[in-house]
Amino acid sequence: MENLERILTEHPFLTGMDKKHIQTLVGCASNVAFKEGEFIFKEGSDADSFYFIRHGRVQIETHVPQKGAIVIRSREAGEILGWSWLVPPYKWHFDARAVELTRAIVLDGKCLRDKCEDDHDLGYEIMKRFNLIIAERLEQTRFQLMDVYGKNAK
Amino acid sequence: MAKMQNKSKTSDISLIDPMLVQAYTIQRVVRETFDTFSLELEPQSGGGEFKFAPGQFNMLYVYGVGEVPISISGDPSKEKPLIHTTRAVGTVTKAMKNLKVGDTIGIRGPYGSSWPVKEAEGYDVVIVAGGIGLAPLRPVIYYLLQHRNKYGRIVLLYGTRTPEDMLYRKQLEKWRSRFDLETYLTVDRATGSWRGNVGVVTTLIGRAPFDPLHSVAVVCGPEIMMRYTVLELLKRGVDEEKTYISMERNMKCGIGLCGHCQLGSSFVCKDGPVYRYDNIKHAFTMWEM
Repeated sequence: MENLERILTEHPFLTGMDKKHIQTLVGCASNVAFKEGEFIFKEGSDADSFYFIRHGRVQIETHVPQKGAIVIRSREAGEILGWSWLVPPYKWHFDARAVELTRAIVLDGKCLRDKCEDDHDLGYEIMKRFNLIIAERLEQTRFQLMDVYGKNAK
Repeated sequence: MAKMQNKSKTSDISLIDPMLVQAYTIQRVVRETFDTFSLELEPQSGGGEFKFAPGQFNMLYVYGVGEVPISISGDPSKEKPLIHTTRAVGTVTKAMKNLKVGDTIGIRGPYGSSWPVKEAEGYDVVIVAGGIGLAPLRPVIYYLLQHRNKYGRIVLLYGTRTPEDMLYRKQLEKWRSRFDLETYLTVDRATGSWRGNVGVVTTLIGRAPFDPLHSVAVVCGPEIMMRYTVLELLKRGVDEEKTYISMERNMKCGIGLCGHCQLGSSFVCKDGPVYRYDNIKHAFTMWEM
């Protein structure tokens, strides 16, 4: 537990967070590892967790019948994977698959949602941090949609 | 450590007649991707090394078709061949794509300002390329690696539409295997067996290993890519005055006379194409430009 607390305290996502809140997070956290090619979650399944990726790379993809997987984004060490656990109906919108051996700290989203309901200060801290991630990913997706290297690129 | 110049440096090379076209022979054509290619050229006159500074461009003349400005993408320390990489998009470049080994092409140049390789001495150097924007940056990579001990970390961040759109594949593989150059690649759309990063090039900036307070950034790619890239570099803490971009406009004369490439009070062919960001940032958000 002490090790998990140290790792979470040092993670940029949690910079500046109160020690007691970090300890609450530690109570919902555990270590996980995924083999190359293993699915971390699948589209439509319950979004009841999120991940601090510590090592490896994950592809976020969607499956198109007769075409296979379309990769939308990748996530790697140092990044956060998953925010659907925060938004009803708490279902994953995409698949996530480890491209290589991936180690992460998983946080139990349901456990954390309950704790955020009980402690709104913790909830606010979590929401502030996820807001930044969601906004950043929205910007990146818009940039991606511009297809800046396409035929009409200037 | 050199102080950052207010302007990117224009080459000291003086041209005997800047409008005079020299005939060159195509020695080799390299198909880089499905729509980009490199031409390796040698002067028909036989002699005379072609000196240029990284970031400069030439006017390439396809006889009977027209002339286009294209950045020089070869090694500035090598006399030959003169290399240009371009994409077949317009009348001239499409005609250029059909040229073969042994054909003649006209060259005049080099023109314009260059990347701040001297000013960057002592700093980390962050090179951000998007799509074909790697071509004008390749000479600066050659230069930095040849003078490696003068710089801190050198980081190359390169983004393309798909893995198949990456220029200089073999060279990228060599660069990735070096210990003194950090190379990170990403694609907007993964295809085939791509296992690397997927996402726009700006996603690499936040986690790239460089000291933002002690870095010089050089950026080249489509204008909108450069705009978002610079925003991300500034967010990371890189100084506007240490950020350089390469602009592209419809250049005709190459020497600041005709006004085709005018951008406000600046002529891209003469004052650019390489600009320090704070000197050109106004142009990024003006619709008229």
